[in-house]
Amino acid sequence: MIALAALAVPFLAAILAPLLGRFLSRWLAIVLALFPLLLFLFWLRLLPHFFGDRSEAIAVPWIPSFGAEFSVLLDGLSLTFAILVSGIGTLIVLFAGAYLKGDARLPRFLCYLFLFMGAMQGLVLADDLIMLFVFWELTSISSFLLIGFERERMSSRRAAIQALVVTGMGGLSLLAGFLLIRYASGASSMSEIMALENGLRDLPVYLACFILVLGGAFTKSAQFPFHFWLPNAMEAPTPVSAYLHSATMVKAGVYLLMRLQPAMGDTVVWETVLPVFGAVTLLTGTILGLRQTDLKLVLAYTTVASLGLLVMLTGFGTEGAIAGAVLYLIAHSLFKGGLFMVAGGIDHEAGSRDLRQLSGLRHGMPLTFAIALLCALSMGGLPPFVGFLAKEEMYYGLLGDDPWSIVLLAAAIVGNGLMLALGFIVGLRPFLGKEMKAPKHAHEGPPDLWVGPAILALCGIGAGLFYHVFHETISIPMASAVAGEVVPVEIGPIPHLSTAFYLTVLTIALGVGIYLLQDRLRAGVDRALVAFGWGPDRGFDQVIAGLTTAAHRITYFFQSGRLDLYMTTVFCALAFTILFSLSFFSEVPALPEWPDLAIHEWTILLIIVVGMGTVIMAHNRLTAIVSLGIQGFGVAVLFMLEGAPDLSFTQFMVETLSVVILALVMTRIPLAKTDHRSDPEKLIDGGIAGLCGIGIGALLLAVTQTPFDSRLSEFYEQYSRTIAHGRNIVNVIIVDFRGLDTLGEIAVVMIAGLAVLGLIRIRRPRIEDIATETGDRS
Amino acid sequence: MRTVIFRTVAPFLTALMIIFSIFILLRGHNEPGGGFIGGLIAASANAVYGIACGVSPVRRSLRFHPMTIAGAGLFIATLAGLASIFAKAGFLTGLWTTVHLFGQSIDLSTPLFFDIGVYLVVLGTFSSIGLALEEREVE
Repeated sequence: MIALAALAVPFLAAILAPLLGRFLSRWLAIVLALFPLLLFLFWLRLLPHFFGDRSEAIAVPWIPSFGAEFSVLLDGLSLTFAILVSGIGTLIVLFAGAYLKGDARLPRFLCYLFLFMGAMQGLVLADDLIMLFVFWELTSISSFLLIGFERERMSSRRAAIQALVVTGMGGLSLLAGFLLIRYASGASSMSEIMALENGLRDLPVYLACFILVLGGAFTKSAQFPFHFWLPNAMEAPTPVSAYLHSATMVKAGVYLLMRLQPAMGDTVVWETVLPVFGAVTLLTGTILGLRQTDLKLVLAYTTVASLGLLVMLTGFGTEGAIAGAVLYLIAHSLFKGGLFMVAGGIDHEAGSRDLRQLSGLRHGMPLTFAIALLCALSMGGLPPFVGFLAKEEMYYGLLGDDPWSIVLLAAAIVGNGLMLALGFIVGLRPFLGKEMKAPKHAHEGPPDLWVGPAILALCGIGAGLFYHVFHETISIPMASAVAGEVVPVEIGPIPHLSTAFYLTVLTIALGVGIYLLQDRLRAGVDRALVAFGWGPDRGFDQVIAGLTTAAHRITYFFQSGRLDLYMTTVFCALAFTILFSLSFFSEVPALPEWPDLAIHEWTILLIIVVGMGTVIMAHNRLTAIVSLGIQGFGVAVLFMLEGAPDLSFTQFMVETLSVVILALVMTRIPLAKTDHRSDPEKLIDGGIAGLCGIGIGALLLAVTQTPFDSRLSEFYEQYSRTIAHGRNIVNVIIVDFRGLDTLGEIAVVMIAGLAVLGLIRIRRPRIEDIATETGDRS
Repeated sequence: MRTVIFRTVAPFLTALMIIFSIFILLRGHNEPGGGFIGGLIAASANAVYGIACGVSPVRRSLRFHPMTIAGAGLFIATLAGLASIFAKAGFLTGLWTTVHLFGQSIDLSTPLFFDIGVYLVVLGTFSSIGLALEEREVE
């Protein structure tokens, strides 16, 4: 139960951030960092209970009518993610406090950050599918807010919208997938899916579920060809990049795949599609990363590559591959979060993130240099860092003599080699060489800027050195949750002479070689890409531009802004609908007999016809409006004579008010005094009007000629007095029997009134402008 | 339009129309009438007053912006519907009670309050449109 309450803690912090912002400007980040710190300790304390492949689901009813519960699933996988989210979150909040020091936007920034933290934590812990989806969408929305944080910059807004569109579409696909799983298998939560015999593999709609879920996971985790939004998201302030776009949010897709691996994995499509897309993403990411000169962009592309590697390993599905994926995921969060913060620190203190401008920073920032180097070594997979454990384990897992394993192993080696080189480009290169003339004189920043990355870097060594404890508490439970059975993880930091070790040596050699040749390679990749000239990023722009253009065209086609066209369309449609359906269903009414009317009834009919004639013949608009009113009054009198006083009353009032309002409006609108239509136009309009009249008349005749079903009116007559205590059936229907309709109607009346008021107001300033311009305001 | 006769008669006419509209509203449950038609009559009363004496006296006599009145009407109608929830009945179920006051017995019901809500929405919306248009004419 406390675990359920813990989900609310980051949201509480999000509410508090703007409120406390006024009182504790300097201490805000430090005070608020206590919230994620508490969560971190809480999840850490829960971890020992979930050794091996133990898991526990806690649920309370949420939407019982829909079968949705508010539930968490605790096991090695979800707890490890929760620990990463809250632990790195704590450090990021501290880092953000220093990074945006003195910035008035800090409370807002922290509010968004905590919103995201709550969403991400809910995502990884959620058991119920619907709940998971809600948190999934919340991460997309909070990520949109954070990427577009510097909203006055065009590029920032574009990146935010791009991320939202791509991940939002993926979210819709995921929702469809989840609903399909719910209806096809009957399981509404992750733990229920796990409990199914043979998981989801036997479902007839397995393939559809697979594609839909993949649509969500691949967009969120930036797999090729959806990888383009992630580097663009680097428009966000660096703490966001470090937190969302390397350590946590982008791993949501990998989390989902890992979570579903026991239920959906081990099929041919799973073991083909995931490794292929993963490997392509890995290579695309690293090669595109080589081209970048901005520290953050280099890191962003290596993040894309790392996500590809994780998807590839998860898809490969052997015990070793899964253990490798789990180790790499943790290692990646540690070193990439650290390197991003280092890049932010360099940007903050040296005033540039461009590789070509930065050099010799080791003199001014020795501590940052040490941290960066530790992170880069872990990224490169050198012993005794946790990155080494991950790489050894993944090579063990991928080893095999079938061609499939060899291809993937080759991809992993090339990818890892490139990543090692990129790690050193960020973690080593800016610090070497002679001291540069930086935009700012580089010096060590305040402790909040380097404490966070330092802790992450030390964790990277710690996990490698104390690998027994690390495996026992984290790797084994997490890998077991992913595999669906207990997976032993024993890899240690001492190199043994084995195939995997030779492959590691090969990787390192490859990486060092690429590092030394980086400038030549960069130019080469640049040339190749310029020659190619087209990528998904450009494609995204074209799709969006195409959509906008199409929307414009369609809108202008239907909304020409000309009232006469609107009227013509509406009345043509009306006449067509009635006349076509009457003749199509052969329900054209028979002509009624000549009515036997009294003299006063004839008189009223005559008044109506004369009123109508006047409307048509009138040259003056006011005359036409008043004549229209006369005609309406005539109809009202008819109602009265036929014994419908309520209807008649309302008709009288409506006619009166429409004459008044029409007259007021008409006199104010600048219209030509006379009818501007030519005779043929008048003839066409008259024809349309005539058809409408014939149509409505025929419809009324047809209705009165069909036998009257009196059940409803008998019901009202019978119960109006006894149940609703009213003799006026019309009113009883309005306020009682069909009260909900009336409630909706009066709401519409009021909203329409507000809209009319708005329309009247729009023109007023223009009149005043004209008045002030011409200078006479009498 | 603003003849002396019209301006002299208009306030009385308006007052009469308003009283008549309330009469129509209250008798609606058993005789022809009701909130909608009552609201229309009251709105016409305001329109007459506005045409005769200008918009500002109407706004002054209404005290609130007509849209506020309409909003209050919608609120009352919703509350009248919600009242039945406390009686463990569905939304908008009619509740009836009889009050004895000065020897008279008066039937009170949630549909009555609902109808008052309808009256206020119609009165408020149409008055505010009418007054806004009349205001333009003055300019």
